[in-house]
Amino acid sequence: MELFIRQLINGLNTGSIYALVAIGYTMVYGIIKLINFAHGEIMMFGAYFAFLFAFSLSFQLPFILVIVLSMFFAALLGILIERVAYKKLRKAPRISALITAIGMSLFLQHLAQLIFGATPYVMKQLVDTTPVTIFNFDISRLTLLTIGLSIFFMILLSLFVYKTKPGKAMRAVSQDKEAAVLMGINVDNIISLTFAIGSALGALGGIFYAMTYSQIYPTMGVLPGLKAFIAAVFGGIGSIGGAMIGGYLIGIIETMTKAYISSKWVDVIVFGLLIVILLFKPSGILGKNRKEKV
Amino acid sequence: MLKVDNLHVHYGVIHAIKGVSFEVNEGEIVTLIGSNGAGKTTILKAISQLLEKSDGDITFLDKSLSDYKAHDVVHIGVSHVPEGRHVFPDLTVLENLEMGAYYRKDKTKIREDLYKVFYRFPRLKERVSQIAGTLSGGEQQMLAIGRALMSHPKILLLDEPSMGLAPILVKEIFDIIKEINAAGTTILLVEQNANQALHISDKAYVLETGNITLSGPSKELLNDEKVKAAYLSA
Repeated sequence: MELFIRQLINGLNTGSIYALVAIGYTMVYGIIKLINFAHGEIMMFGAYFAFLFAFSLSFQLPFILVIVLSMFFAALLGILIERVAYKKLRKAPRISALITAIGMSLFLQHLAQLIFGATPYVMKQLVDTTPVTIFNFDISRLTLLTIGLSIFFMILLSLFVYKTKPGKAMRAVSQDKEAAVLMGINVDNIISLTFAIGSALGALGGIFYAMTYSQIYPTMGVLPGLKAFIAAVFGGIGSIGGAMIGGYLIGIIETMTKAYISSKWVDVIVFGLLIVILLFKPSGILGKNRKEKV
Repeated sequence: MLKVDNLHVHYGVIHAIKGVSFEVNEGEIVTLIGSNGAGKTTILKAISQLLEKSDGDITFLDKSLSDYKAHDVVHIGVSHVPEGRHVFPDLTVLENLEMGAYYRKDKTKIREDLYKVFYRFPRLKERVSQIAGTLSGGEQQMLAIGRALMSHPKILLLDEPSMGLAPILVKEIFDIIKEINAAGTTILLVEQNANQALHISDKAYVLETGNITLSGPSKELLNDEKVKAAYLSA
């Protein structure tokens, strides 16, 4: 039982990261029906940004500022990627945009290698990692911070999407672009906003990922990016709540596999899960198969 | 108020609208009738800038509409209810109506207009927190019209509001259109249901494969032999 709870906490930690990254996949898919394969690279750049803000300035920025600045620059990067690479393809066949996204992913990996080199940076801890004891369990402060901040930002996102005018406009655009235009909604701006939010949350996931595994390198976004994508599909692509649930489930499945089966089986099981979902419930947990009403 | 002059629209190589001219005066209900594929929807989309014209002029209150982006057209008082209703299926009725007033900032006036919409469509008030995709076809049409009214338009472009509705609802929708007009909104109505459209409108234009072949006061067109044979026989 103790092992189980310990692994559950680890699962929530990893799951938080996957959930944050999965939200970006699902929001972008929801709004322009594109699987943004470059999202894992946003995560990677987010981690590099945090490294630069934390260690290359002559003074020490507070941790929260490091996070906020990195998220901000990742948001700008996300907007830039959409404007440069995807905007022109909005009316093109979806496969064109998908191939472009894969190209963008590779481009960003190599850009990072050009700028930062291929040698991994060691991410020194940005926060106090001494464990805290809760109900006789020693839990790392980093784990608590990861879970806590992730949930905080997810609540913030939900409030934004469901309670504010731009949030509602974002949902309107994802449901019917043409009608949204007729309402006077500037669809280009809403799409930029979607990329900005998704990228900022992806960067946060990247920073936590880098802190958990202590390393930053140009291809670090590939595997967690893919797993977060699976989480988004698992939860129902296009659904923000689904991405959160999917992220936590994948995180927990992964750590439980490590603990009770074997760490060698982790990727087999997670990617196998993708195949199973696509075979039996391609719409995911919260996804909808709506029939058009005439 | 709205003037379309020698409008041409192409879809790729297809010449869909071939030099259409017509005018809508303030306070009128003007209808464009014609069969499927005649180009009625294309004309409305060209007015609201969803489609780019290839030639001609569209002016509204002496402003050229092609100077505006599609999402800015609603700012100057043109509101378009698209064919097939296009309500936001996963938003609630209230959220749909809020989106109709998206560009407006005058909160008290928005609230007034919301009450007006509820007064006109009591069924929307009953279903205010229901998800729009679960409404019936008639209710969705009411929502689409209500949503368009939330922008406080000077002119309402209605594209096939009676499509797919039961006859009793068709009558209700046309009554509502008349009421909206009586309350001061100019209306450009596109319809396949020529009989009803001619009965409530002041002026009508008959569209055939991208050309206007006949026009005049609706009462006269109702008695026109050609119109009777082609559009009122059923």
